[in-house]
Amino acid sequence: MSDRMKIFLLLAPAMFIIVVLFFGGLLTGLMRSFNYMPVIGLTDPDLSAYVSVFTDREFYLSFLLTFHIAFTSTVISSILAIGAALLLRRSFVGRGIVNFLFQINLTVPHLVGAIGILYLFSQSGSFARLAAEFNMIQSPSDFPALVFDPYAIGIILQYVWKEVPFIGVIVLANMQSVGEDYESVARSLGASKWQTFRHVLLPLIFPGVLSASVMVFAFTFGAYEIPAILGANFPAALPVLAYRKYTDVDLAARPEAMAMAIVIALLSAVMIYFYLRYSRRRIRG
Amino acid sequence: MTTKETLGIRSFRVLTGAVLITWLILPLVPLAIWSFAKGWFYPDLLPRNWSLRAWEYAMSDTSGVLASLWLTIWISLVATFLSVLVGVPAGRALGMYKFRGKEIVELLILAPTIVPGIAVVLGIHSIFISLGLTNSVEGVILVHLIPTLPYMVLVMSGIFANYDPAFEAQARSLGASPLKTFWYVTLPAIRPGIIVGGLFAFLVSWSQYILTLLIGGGRVETLPLLLFNFATSGRNDITGAIGMIYILPGIIILLLTAKHLSGRSGAVGGFGQI
Repeated sequence: MSDRMKIFLLLAPAMFIIVVLFFGGLLTGLMRSFNYMPVIGLTDPDLSAYVSVFTDREFYLSFLLTFHIAFTSTVISSILAIGAALLLRRSFVGRGIVNFLFQINLTVPHLVGAIGILYLFSQSGSFARLAAEFNMIQSPSDFPALVFDPYAIGIILQYVWKEVPFIGVIVLANMQSVGEDYESVARSLGASKWQTFRHVLLPLIFPGVLSASVMVFAFTFGAYEIPAILGANFPAALPVLAYRKYTDVDLAARPEAMAMAIVIALLSAVMIYFYLRYSRRRIRG
Repeated sequence: MTTKETLGIRSFRVLTGAVLITWLILPLVPLAIWSFAKGWFYPDLLPRNWSLRAWEYAMSDTSGVLASLWLTIWISLVATFLSVLVGVPAGRALGMYKFRGKEIVELLILAPTIVPGIAVVLGIHSIFISLGLTNSVEGVILVHLIPTLPYMVLVMSGIFANYDPAFEAQARSLGASPLKTFWYVTLPAIRPGIIVGGLFAFLVSWSQYILTLLIGGGRVETLPLLLFNFATSGRNDITGAIGMIYILPGIIILLLTAKHLSGRSGAVGGFGQI
Protein backbone atom coordinates (compact mmCIF):
# COMPACT_ATOMS: atom_id res chain seq x y z
CA MET A 1 0.00 0.00 0.00
CA SER A 2 1.39 3.41 -0.95
CA ASP A 3 1.96 6.04 1.70
CA ARG A 4 -0.67 8.29 0.14
CA MET A 5 -3.28 5.58 0.36
CA LYS A 6 -2.26 4.80 3.94
CA ILE A 7 -2.51 8.45 4.98
CA PHE A 8 -5.90 8.75 3.31
CA LEU A 9 -7.28 5.68 5.08
CA LEU A 10 -5.88 6.75 8.46
CA LEU A 11 -7.40 10.22 8.18
CA ALA A 12 -10.69 9.39 6.45
CA PRO A 13 -12.87 8.46 9.47
CA ALA A 14 -11.82 11.48 11.54
CA MET A 15 -12.12 13.89 8.62
CA PHE A 16 -15.52 12.45 7.73
CA ILE A 17 -16.87 13.07 11.24
CA ILE A 18 -15.41 16.57 11.53
CA VAL A 19 -16.41 17.69 8.04
CA VAL A 20 -19.94 16.29 8.22
CA LEU A 21 -20.74 17.32 11.79
CA PHE A 22 -18.77 20.51 12.32
CA PHE A 23 -18.64 22.02 8.85
CA GLY A 24 -22.00 20.52 7.91
CA GLY A 25 -23.50 22.18 10.97
CA LEU A 26 -21.81 25.47 10.15
CA LEU A 27 -22.97 25.35 6.52
CA THR A 28 -26.54 24.42 7.43
CA GLY A 29 -26.60 27.30 9.92
CA LEU A 30 -25.33 29.64 7.22
CA MET A 31 -27.97 28.46 4.73
CA ARG A 32 -30.78 28.76 7.23
CA SER A 33 -29.62 32.23 8.25
CA PHE A 34 -30.29 33.22 4.61
CA ASN A 35 -33.73 31.60 4.79
CA TYR A 36 -32.52 29.03 2.30
CA MET A 37 -33.78 25.52 2.96
CA PRO A 38 -34.85 23.56 -0.11
CA VAL A 39 -35.97 20.62 2.04
CA ILE A 40 -38.92 22.62 3.39
CA GLY A 41 -39.50 24.54 0.18
CA LEU A 42 -37.48 27.67 0.93
CA THR A 43 -35.56 28.11 -2.32
CA ASP A 44 -35.15 31.93 -2.45
CA PRO A 45 -32.35 33.03 -0.15
CA ASP A 46 -32.78 36.48 1.39
CA LEU A 47 -31.17 38.71 3.98
CA SER A 48 -34.25 39.29 6.14
CA ALA A 49 -32.80 37.53 9.22
CA TYR A 50 -29.65 39.66 9.07
CA VAL A 51 -31.72 42.82 8.51
CA SER A 52 -33.82 42.18 11.58
CA VAL A 53 -30.77 41.20 13.68
CA PHE A 54 -28.74 44.24 12.64
CA THR A 55 -31.62 46.67 13.16
CA ASP A 56 -32.33 45.34 16.65
CA ARG A 57 -30.92 47.42 19.49
CA GLU A 58 -30.83 44.36 21.76
CA PHE A 59 -28.39 42.64 19.41
CA TYR A 60 -25.88 45.52 19.60
CA LEU A 61 -26.15 45.72 23.39
CA SER A 62 -25.74 41.97 23.60
CA PHE A 63 -22.76 41.99 21.24
CA LEU A 64 -21.01 44.77 23.16
CA LEU A 65 -21.66 43.01 26.47
CA THR A 66 -20.31 39.70 25.16
CA PHE A 67 -17.24 41.40 23.73
CA HIS A 68 -16.68 43.17 27.05
CA ILE A 69 -17.01 39.87 28.93
CA ALA A 70 -14.58 38.03 26.63
CA PHE A 71 -12.03 40.84 26.38
CA THR A 72 -11.97 41.76 30.07
CA SER A 73 -11.87 38.13 31.23
CA THR A 74 -9.06 37.25 28.82
CA VAL A 75 -6.87 40.25 29.74
CA ILE A 76 -7.32 39.88 33.51
CA SER A 77 -6.82 36.09 33.37
CA SER A 78 -3.65 36.41 31.27
CA ILE A 79 -2.05 38.99 33.57
CA LEU A 80 -2.91 37.06 36.74
CA ALA A 81 -1.79 33.81 35.13
CA ILE A 82 1.66 35.25 34.36
CA GLY A 83 1.88 36.45 37.96
CA ALA A 84 0.82 33.06 39.28
CA ALA A 85 3.34 31.29 37.05
CA LEU A 86 6.14 33.58 38.28
CA LEU A 87 5.12 32.66 41.82
CA LEU A 88 4.93 28.91 41.21
CA ARG A 89 8.07 28.48 39.11
CA ARG A 90 10.38 28.78 42.15
CA SER A 91 10.94 25.79 44.34
CA PHE A 92 9.52 25.98 47.83
CA VAL A 93 8.31 23.70 50.60
CA GLY A 94 4.98 22.08 49.73
CA ARG A 95 5.27 22.89 46.03
CA GLY A 96 3.67 19.60 44.99
CA ILE A 97 0.52 20.24 47.00
CA VAL A 98 0.30 23.89 45.91
CA ASN A 99 0.66 22.85 42.26
CA PHE A 100 -2.10 20.29 42.70
CA LEU A 101 -4.40 22.86 44.30
CA PHE A 102 -3.52 25.30 41.51
CA GLN A 103 -4.65 22.73 38.93
CA ILE A 104 -7.69 21.40 40.76
CA ASN A 105 -10.27 23.67 39.15
CA LEU A 106 -8.99 22.85 35.66
CA THR A 107 -11.15 19.74 35.84
CA VAL A 108 -14.15 21.43 37.49
CA PRO A 109 -16.73 22.25 34.79
CA HIS A 110 -17.56 25.93 34.21
CA LEU A 111 -21.15 25.28 35.26
CA VAL A 112 -20.10 24.27 38.79
CA GLY A 113 -17.86 27.33 39.03
CA ALA A 114 -20.75 29.55 37.95
CA ILE A 115 -23.01 28.14 40.67
CA GLY A 116 -20.20 28.57 43.22
CA ILE A 117 -19.72 32.21 42.20
CA LEU A 118 -23.50 32.70 42.50
CA TYR A 119 -23.49 31.36 46.07
CA LEU A 120 -20.47 33.52 46.95
CA PHE A 121 -21.40 36.85 45.39
CA SER A 122 -25.19 37.09 45.23
CA GLN A 123 -26.86 39.62 47.51
CA SER A 124 -27.67 36.91 50.04
CA GLY A 125 -24.44 34.99 49.34
CA SER A 126 -21.42 34.28 51.51
CA PHE A 127 -19.75 37.66 51.02
CA ALA A 128 -22.99 39.56 51.71
CA ARG A 129 -23.36 37.52 54.92
CA LEU A 130 -19.79 38.34 55.85
CA ALA A 131 -20.48 42.04 55.25
CA ALA A 132 -23.60 41.79 57.42
CA GLU A 133 -21.60 40.07 60.17
CA PHE A 134 -19.29 43.09 60.30
CA ASN A 135 -22.25 45.50 60.10
CA MET A 136 -21.12 46.85 56.74
CA ILE A 137 -24.58 46.33 55.26
CA GLN A 138 -28.03 46.50 56.83
CA SER A 139 -29.94 44.31 54.38
CA PRO A 140 -29.05 42.12 51.40
CA SER A 141 -30.04 44.89 48.97
CA ASP A 142 -27.22 47.06 50.38
CA PHE A 143 -24.69 44.60 49.00
CA PRO A 144 -23.47 45.66 45.53
CA ALA A 145 -25.02 43.70 42.66
CA LEU A 146 -22.20 41.47 41.44
CA VAL A 147 -24.35 38.85 39.73
CA PHE A 148 -27.18 39.50 37.24
CA ASP A 149 -25.52 42.93 36.97
CA PRO A 150 -25.20 45.13 33.85
CA TYR A 151 -21.38 44.98 33.89
CA ALA A 152 -21.31 41.17 34.02
CA ILE A 153 -18.93 41.22 36.99
CA GLY A 154 -20.06 37.79 38.20
CA ILE A 155 -19.48 36.26 34.77
CA ILE A 156 -16.01 37.80 34.55
CA LEU A 157 -15.17 36.61 38.08
CA GLN A 158 -16.15 33.09 37.07
CA TYR A 159 -13.99 33.15 33.93
CA VAL A 160 -11.02 34.60 35.79
CA TRP A 161 -11.43 31.89 38.43
CA LYS A 162 -11.45 29.17 35.80
CA GLU A 163 -8.95 30.50 33.25
CA VAL A 164 -6.09 31.69 35.48
CA PRO A 165 -4.95 28.09 36.13
CA PHE A 166 -5.53 27.18 32.46
CA ILE A 167 -3.28 29.95 31.08
CA GLY A 168 -1.03 29.61 34.15
CA VAL A 169 -0.21 25.93 33.54
CA ILE A 170 0.71 26.68 29.91
CA VAL A 171 2.83 29.71 30.87
CA LEU A 172 4.52 27.74 33.65
CA ALA A 173 5.51 25.02 31.18
CA ASN A 174 6.84 27.70 28.83
CA MET A 175 8.91 29.24 31.61
CA GLN A 176 10.32 25.86 32.56
CA SER A 177 11.37 25.04 29.01
CA VAL A 178 12.97 28.49 28.60
CA GLY A 179 14.96 28.01 31.81
CA GLU A 180 16.54 30.81 33.83
CA ASP A 181 19.84 31.21 31.95
CA TYR A 182 18.75 34.15 29.79
CA GLU A 183 17.53 36.02 32.83
CA SER A 184 20.75 35.32 34.73
CA VAL A 185 22.74 36.78 31.83
CA ALA A 186 20.55 39.91 31.73
CA ARG A 187 20.86 40.32 35.51
CA SER A 188 24.64 39.90 35.44
CA LEU A 189 24.79 42.60 32.73
CA GLY A 190 23.07 44.99 35.11
CA ALA A 191 19.41 44.74 34.12
CA SER A 192 16.93 45.36 36.91
CA LYS A 193 14.40 42.70 37.90
CA TRP A 194 11.66 44.54 36.03
CA GLN A 195 13.84 45.02 32.91
CA THR A 196 14.75 41.35 32.94
CA PHE A 197 11.10 40.38 33.09
CA ARG A 198 9.91 42.95 30.55
CA HIS A 199 12.66 42.54 27.92
CA VAL A 200 13.85 38.95 28.41
CA LEU A 201 11.27 36.63 29.97
CA LEU A 202 8.05 38.22 28.68
CA PRO A 203 8.99 38.12 24.97
CA LEU A 204 10.00 34.47 25.39
CA ILE A 205 6.71 33.36 26.97
CA PHE A 206 4.50 35.72 24.94
CA PRO A 207 3.58 33.30 22.14
CA GLY A 208 2.40 30.75 24.70
CA VAL A 209 0.35 33.37 26.54
CA LEU A 210 -1.24 34.50 23.27
CA SER A 211 -2.21 31.06 22.04
CA ALA A 212 -3.81 30.26 25.40
CA SER A 213 -5.55 33.66 25.36
CA VAL A 214 -7.00 32.95 21.92
CA MET A 215 -8.66 29.80 23.24
CA VAL A 216 -9.94 31.65 26.29
CA PHE A 217 -11.30 34.56 24.24
CA ALA A 218 -13.14 32.29 21.81
CA PHE A 219 -14.52 30.18 24.65
CA THR A 220 -15.71 33.11 26.76
CA PHE A 221 -17.32 34.72 23.71
CA GLY A 222 -19.32 31.61 22.85
CA ALA A 223 -20.13 29.98 26.19
CA TYR A 224 -23.78 29.58 27.11
CA GLU A 225 -24.25 28.18 30.60
CA ILE A 226 -22.13 30.70 32.51
CA PRO A 227 -24.00 33.85 31.36
CA ALA A 228 -27.24 31.85 31.62
CA ILE A 229 -26.58 31.30 35.35
CA LEU A 230 -24.86 34.58 36.27
CA GLY A 231 -25.99 37.10 33.66
CA ALA A 232 -28.70 39.77 33.60
CA ASN A 233 -31.86 39.14 31.59
CA PHE A 234 -31.35 42.21 29.42
CA PRO A 235 -29.07 42.52 27.65
CA ALA A 236 -28.16 38.84 27.67
CA ALA A 237 -24.88 37.48 26.33
CA LEU A 238 -25.01 36.66 22.61
CA PRO A 239 -25.05 32.85 22.99
CA VAL A 240 -27.95 33.15 25.46
CA LEU A 241 -29.81 35.45 23.06
CA ALA A 242 -29.19 33.06 20.15
CA TYR A 243 -30.48 30.12 22.19
CA ARG A 244 -33.59 32.08 23.21
CA LYS A 245 -34.31 33.02 19.61
CA TYR A 246 -33.78 29.43 18.47
CA THR A 247 -36.17 27.99 21.06
CA ASP A 248 -38.74 30.78 20.59
CA VAL A 249 -42.28 29.52 20.03
CA ASP A 250 -42.23 31.67 16.89
CA LEU A 251 -40.33 29.46 14.43
CA ALA A 252 -39.70 32.53 12.26
CA ALA A 253 -37.09 33.61 14.82
CA ARG A 254 -34.91 30.60 14.02
CA PRO A 255 -33.10 32.18 11.04
CA GLU A 256 -32.26 35.11 13.34
CA ALA A 257 -30.74 32.68 15.83
CA MET A 258 -28.72 31.14 12.99
CA ALA A 259 -27.55 34.60 11.92
CA MET A 260 -26.31 35.22 15.49
CA ALA A 261 -24.53 31.87 15.50
CA ILE A 262 -22.81 32.86 12.27
CA VAL A 263 -21.80 36.20 13.83
CA ILE A 264 -20.24 34.28 16.75
CA ALA A 265 -18.41 31.94 14.35
CA LEU A 266 -17.15 34.84 12.21
CA LEU A 267 -16.01 36.87 15.18
CA SER A 268 -14.10 33.98 16.72
CA ALA A 269 -12.46 33.32 13.34
CA VAL A 270 -11.50 37.00 12.85
CA MET A 271 -10.19 37.35 16.40
CA ILE A 272 -8.09 34.24 16.09
CA TYR A 273 -6.68 35.47 12.78
CA PHE A 274 -5.65 38.83 14.23
CA TYR A 275 -4.23 37.31 17.39
CA LEU A 276 -2.17 34.78 15.44
CA ARG A 277 -0.91 37.41 13.01
CA TYR A 278 0.08 39.66 15.86
CA SER A 279 1.79 36.88 17.76
CA ARG A 280 3.76 35.82 14.67
CA ARG A 281 4.96 39.39 14.11
CA ARG A 282 5.95 39.52 17.76
CA ILE A 283 8.03 36.39 17.44
CA ARG A 284 9.82 37.59 14.30
CA GLY A 285 10.47 40.75 16.31
CA MET B 1 20.55 36.62 53.16
CA THR B 2 17.76 37.23 55.66
CA THR B 3 17.82 40.98 55.34
CA LYS B 4 14.63 42.87 56.00
CA GLU B 5 13.86 43.38 52.32
CA THR B 6 14.09 39.76 51.24
CA LEU B 7 11.96 38.78 54.23
CA GLY B 8 9.37 41.35 53.14
CA ILE B 9 9.38 40.06 49.58
CA ARG B 10 9.13 36.51 50.80
CA SER B 11 6.13 37.11 53.00
CA PHE B 12 4.52 39.03 50.13
CA ARG B 13 5.03 35.99 47.94
CA VAL B 14 3.61 33.56 50.48
CA LEU B 15 0.64 35.85 51.06
CA THR B 16 -0.23 36.29 47.37
CA GLY B 17 0.21 32.55 46.87
CA ALA B 18 -2.17 31.86 49.76
CA VAL B 19 -4.73 34.34 48.38
CA LEU B 20 -4.46 32.77 44.93
CA ILE B 21 -5.00 29.20 46.12
CA THR B 22 -7.84 30.26 48.46
CA TRP B 23 -9.56 32.05 45.59
CA LEU B 24 -9.25 28.97 43.37
CA ILE B 25 -10.85 26.69 45.98
CA LEU B 26 -13.37 29.21 47.34
CA PRO B 27 -16.34 28.77 44.93
CA LEU B 28 -16.47 25.05 45.74
CA VAL B 29 -16.87 25.71 49.49
CA PRO B 30 -20.48 27.01 49.59
CA LEU B 31 -21.52 24.15 47.28
CA ALA B 32 -20.04 21.61 49.67
CA ILE B 33 -21.61 23.30 52.72
CA TRP B 34 -25.03 23.61 51.07
CA SER B 35 -25.11 19.86 50.40
CA PHE B 36 -25.11 19.25 54.17
CA ALA B 37 -27.30 22.20 55.15
CA LYS B 38 -30.89 22.00 56.35
CA GLY B 39 -31.92 25.50 55.44
CA TRP B 40 -29.19 28.12 55.45
CA PHE B 41 -30.67 31.56 55.70
CA TYR B 42 -29.27 35.06 55.47
CA PRO B 43 -27.39 36.31 57.47
CA ASP B 44 -26.10 33.02 58.96
CA LEU B 45 -22.46 32.47 58.05
CA LEU B 46 -22.91 28.73 58.53
CA PRO B 47 -26.08 26.63 58.51
CA ARG B 48 -27.79 26.30 61.92
CA ASN B 49 -28.90 22.76 61.21
CA TRP B 50 -26.96 20.13 59.36
CA SER B 51 -28.52 17.23 57.56
CA LEU B 52 -27.88 14.46 55.06
CA ARG B 53 -31.26 15.05 53.43
CA ALA B 54 -29.86 16.35 50.13
CA TRP B 55 -27.51 13.38 49.84
CA GLU B 56 -30.28 10.92 50.73
CA TYR B 57 -32.45 12.52 48.08
CA ALA B 58 -29.66 12.42 45.49
CA MET B 59 -28.97 8.75 46.23
CA SER B 60 -32.63 7.70 46.17
CA ASP B 61 -34.06 5.94 43.15
CA THR B 62 -36.94 8.38 42.83
CA SER B 63 -34.88 11.56 42.35
CA GLY B 64 -33.37 10.45 39.04
CA VAL B 65 -29.91 11.69 40.02
CA LEU B 66 -28.37 8.21 39.90
CA ALA B 67 -30.07 7.41 36.59
CA SER B 68 -28.69 10.69 35.23
CA LEU B 69 -25.24 9.81 36.59
CA TRP B 70 -25.22 6.44 34.79
CA LEU B 71 -26.48 8.06 31.60
CA THR B 72 -23.75 10.71 31.72
CA ILE B 73 -21.06 8.07 32.34
CA TRP B 74 -22.41 6.00 29.44
CA ILE B 75 -22.48 8.94 27.00
CA SER B 76 -18.97 10.07 27.95
CA LEU B 77 -17.60 6.51 27.77
CA VAL B 78 -19.00 5.88 24.29
CA ALA B 79 -17.90 9.31 23.03
CA THR B 80 -14.41 8.60 24.40
CA PHE B 81 -14.29 5.12 22.87
CA LEU B 82 -15.29 6.47 19.44
CA SER B 83 -12.79 9.31 19.74
CA VAL B 84 -9.97 6.86 20.51
CA LEU B 85 -11.04 4.54 17.70
CA VAL B 86 -11.09 7.31 15.09
CA GLY B 87 -8.54 9.66 16.64
CA VAL B 88 -5.60 7.25 16.99
CA PRO B 89 -5.28 6.52 13.23
CA ALA B 90 -5.68 10.21 12.37
CA GLY B 91 -3.06 11.11 14.97
CA ARG B 92 -0.72 8.57 13.39
CA ALA B 93 -1.16 10.15 9.95
CA LEU B 94 -0.52 13.65 11.27
CA GLY B 95 2.33 12.72 13.61
CA MET B 96 4.33 10.42 11.33
CA TYR B 97 3.85 11.65 7.77
CA LYS B 98 4.44 14.80 5.76
CA PHE B 99 1.99 15.20 2.92
CA ARG B 100 0.46 17.80 0.68
CA GLY B 101 -2.48 19.58 2.26
CA LYS B 102 -1.37 18.66 5.79
CA GLU B 103 -1.77 22.27 6.97
CA ILE B 104 -5.35 22.27 5.74
CA VAL B 105 -6.13 19.00 7.51
CA GLU B 106 -4.59 20.39 10.70
CA LEU B 107 -6.66 23.56 10.39
CA LEU B 108 -9.86 21.55 9.87
CA ILE B 109 -9.11 19.56 13.01
CA LEU B 110 -8.11 22.63 15.01
CA ALA B 111 -11.19 24.69 14.07
CA PRO B 112 -13.70 22.82 16.28
CA THR B 113 -11.41 23.32 19.31
CA ILE B 114 -11.66 27.10 18.90
CA VAL B 115 -15.07 27.85 17.37
CA PRO B 116 -17.71 27.79 20.16
CA GLY B 117 -20.26 24.97 20.14
CA ILE B 118 -23.27 27.30 19.96
CA ALA B 119 -22.06 28.48 16.53
CA VAL B 120 -22.43 25.03 14.99
CA VAL B 121 -25.00 23.21 17.12
CA LEU B 122 -28.01 25.15 15.81
CA GLY B 123 -27.20 24.01 12.26
CA ILE B 124 -26.53 20.44 13.47
CA HIS B 125 -29.90 20.47 15.19
CA SER B 126 -31.56 21.20 11.83
CA ILE B 127 -29.70 18.28 10.21
CA PHE B 128 -30.41 15.92 13.11
CA ILE B 129 -34.14 16.69 12.98
CA SER B 130 -34.30 15.35 9.44
CA LEU B 131 -32.21 12.31 10.44
CA GLY B 132 -34.34 11.63 13.50
CA LEU B 133 -31.33 11.97 15.78
CA THR B 134 -32.66 14.76 18.01
CA ASN B 135 -33.84 13.93 21.54
CA SER B 136 -31.80 10.73 21.44
CA VAL B 137 -28.75 9.46 23.31
CA GLU B 138 -27.15 8.52 19.96
CA GLY B 139 -27.50 12.09 18.69
CA VAL B 140 -25.97 13.47 21.88
CA ILE B 141 -23.00 11.06 21.65
CA LEU B 142 -22.41 12.06 18.02
CA VAL B 143 -22.47 15.76 18.76
CA HIS B 144 -20.06 15.26 21.68
CA LEU B 145 -17.51 13.99 19.15
CA ILE B 146 -17.11 17.59 17.88
CA PRO B 147 -15.18 18.72 20.97
CA THR B 148 -13.66 15.33 21.94
CA LEU B 149 -12.34 13.97 18.64
CA PRO B 150 -10.13 16.91 17.51
CA TYR B 151 -8.60 16.95 20.91
CA MET B 152 -7.83 13.20 20.83
CA VAL B 153 -6.27 13.61 17.36
CA LEU B 154 -4.03 16.45 18.59
CA VAL B 155 -2.85 14.44 21.61
CA MET B 156 -2.15 11.34 19.50
CA SER B 157 -0.33 13.27 16.78
CA GLY B 158 2.00 14.54 19.51
CA ILE B 159 2.56 10.96 20.67
CA PHE B 160 3.21 9.64 17.15
CA ALA B 161 5.61 12.50 16.38
CA ASN B 162 8.00 10.91 18.92
CA TYR B 163 7.29 7.34 17.86
CA ASP B 164 9.83 5.16 16.06
CA PRO B 165 8.14 2.92 13.46
CA ALA B 166 11.35 0.84 13.09
CA PHE B 167 10.14 -1.52 15.84
CA GLU B 168 7.06 -2.33 13.79
CA ALA B 169 9.21 -3.09 10.76
CA GLN B 170 11.36 -5.43 12.86
CA ALA B 171 8.34 -7.27 14.23
CA ARG B 172 6.94 -7.64 10.72
CA SER B 173 10.27 -8.90 9.32
CA LEU B 174 10.34 -11.50 12.09
CA GLY B 175 7.01 -12.80 10.86
CA ALA B 176 4.43 -11.10 13.07
CA SER B 177 1.05 -10.43 11.47
CA PRO B 178 -0.11 -6.78 11.21
CA LEU B 179 -2.61 -7.41 14.00
CA LYS B 180 0.02 -8.97 16.28
CA THR B 181 2.43 -6.16 15.47
CA PHE B 182 -0.17 -3.61 16.45
CA TRP B 183 -1.11 -5.47 19.64
CA TYR B 184 2.40 -6.28 20.90
CA VAL B 185 4.48 -3.42 19.49
CA THR B 186 2.46 -0.33 18.60
CA LEU B 187 -0.14 -0.41 21.35
CA PRO B 188 2.25 -0.69 24.31
CA ALA B 189 4.25 2.25 22.94
CA ILE B 190 1.26 4.57 22.50
CA ARG B 191 -0.75 3.35 25.50
CA PRO B 192 0.17 6.31 27.81
CA GLY B 193 -1.07 8.73 25.14
CA ILE B 194 -4.30 6.82 24.68
CA ILE B 195 -4.92 6.75 28.43
CA VAL B 196 -4.22 10.43 29.06
CA GLY B 197 -5.98 11.56 25.87
CA GLY B 198 -8.91 9.28 26.61
CA LEU B 199 -9.31 10.48 30.19
CA PHE B 200 -9.40 14.07 28.99
CA ALA B 201 -11.76 13.31 26.12
CA PHE B 202 -14.00 11.77 28.78
CA LEU B 203 -13.84 14.96 30.84
CA VAL B 204 -14.53 17.15 27.80
CA SER B 205 -17.66 15.12 27.03
CA TRP B 206 -18.56 15.04 30.75
CA SER B 207 -18.67 18.85 30.92
CA GLN B 208 -20.76 19.53 27.78
CA TYR B 209 -23.90 21.52 28.42
CA ILE B 210 -25.32 23.39 25.43
CA LEU B 211 -24.65 20.59 22.91
CA THR B 212 -26.54 18.11 25.11
CA LEU B 213 -29.34 20.56 25.87
CA LEU B 214 -30.07 21.34 22.22
CA ILE B 215 -29.53 17.96 20.60
CA GLY B 216 -31.02 16.02 23.52
CA GLY B 217 -33.95 18.43 23.55
CA GLY B 218 -33.99 18.28 27.36
CA ARG B 219 -34.99 14.60 27.20
CA VAL B 220 -31.44 13.30 27.47
CA GLU B 221 -30.92 14.59 30.98
CA THR B 222 -27.23 14.37 31.78
CA LEU B 223 -25.83 15.48 35.14
CA PRO B 224 -24.99 19.08 34.05
CA LEU B 225 -28.58 19.56 32.81
CA LEU B 226 -29.95 18.28 36.11
CA LEU B 227 -27.51 20.50 38.01
CA PHE B 228 -28.52 23.56 35.99
CA ASN B 229 -32.22 22.88 36.62
CA PHE B 230 -31.78 22.50 40.37
CA ALA B 231 -29.52 25.58 40.53
CA THR B 232 -32.04 27.79 38.71
CA SER B 233 -35.00 26.47 40.72
CA GLY B 234 -33.32 27.43 44.00
CA ARG B 235 -32.84 23.96 45.53
CA ASN B 236 -29.38 24.88 46.78
CA ASP B 237 -28.92 21.82 49.01
CA ILE B 238 -29.60 19.33 46.21
CA THR B 239 -27.59 21.50 43.79
CA GLY B 240 -24.68 21.22 46.24
CA ALA B 241 -24.91 17.42 46.42
CA ILE B 242 -25.17 16.98 42.64
CA GLY B 243 -22.34 19.49 42.17
CA MET B 244 -20.08 17.42 44.45
CA ILE B 245 -20.92 14.22 42.57
CA TYR B 246 -20.37 15.99 39.26
CA ILE B 247 -16.83 17.22 40.00
CA LEU B 248 -15.60 13.92 41.46
CA PRO B 249 -14.42 12.22 38.22
CA GLY B 250 -12.39 15.30 37.25
CA ILE B 251 -10.56 15.36 40.55
CA ILE B 252 -9.87 11.62 40.40
CA ILE B 253 -8.55 12.01 36.85
CA LEU B 254 -6.33 14.91 37.91
CA LEU B 255 -4.88 12.75 40.71
CA LEU B 256 -4.20 9.96 38.21
CA THR B 257 -2.62 12.16 35.54
CA ALA B 258 -0.89 14.89 37.55
CA LYS B 259 2.46 13.40 36.54
CA HIS B 260 1.72 13.63 32.82
CA LEU B 261 0.54 17.22 32.90
CA SER B 262 3.70 19.13 32.26
CA GLY B 263 1.71 21.73 30.34
CA ARG B 264 3.77 21.01 27.26
CA SER B 265 1.70 17.95 26.47
CA GLY B 266 -1.26 18.43 24.17
CA ALA B 267 -3.46 17.13 26.98
CA VAL B 268 -3.56 20.51 28.71
CA GLY B 269 -5.26 22.13 25.69
CA GLY B 270 -8.32 20.05 26.48
CA PHE B 271 -8.80 21.97 29.71
CA GLY B 272 -9.91 24.90 27.56
CA GLN B 273 -13.02 22.92 26.74
CA ILE B 274 -14.03 21.78 30.20
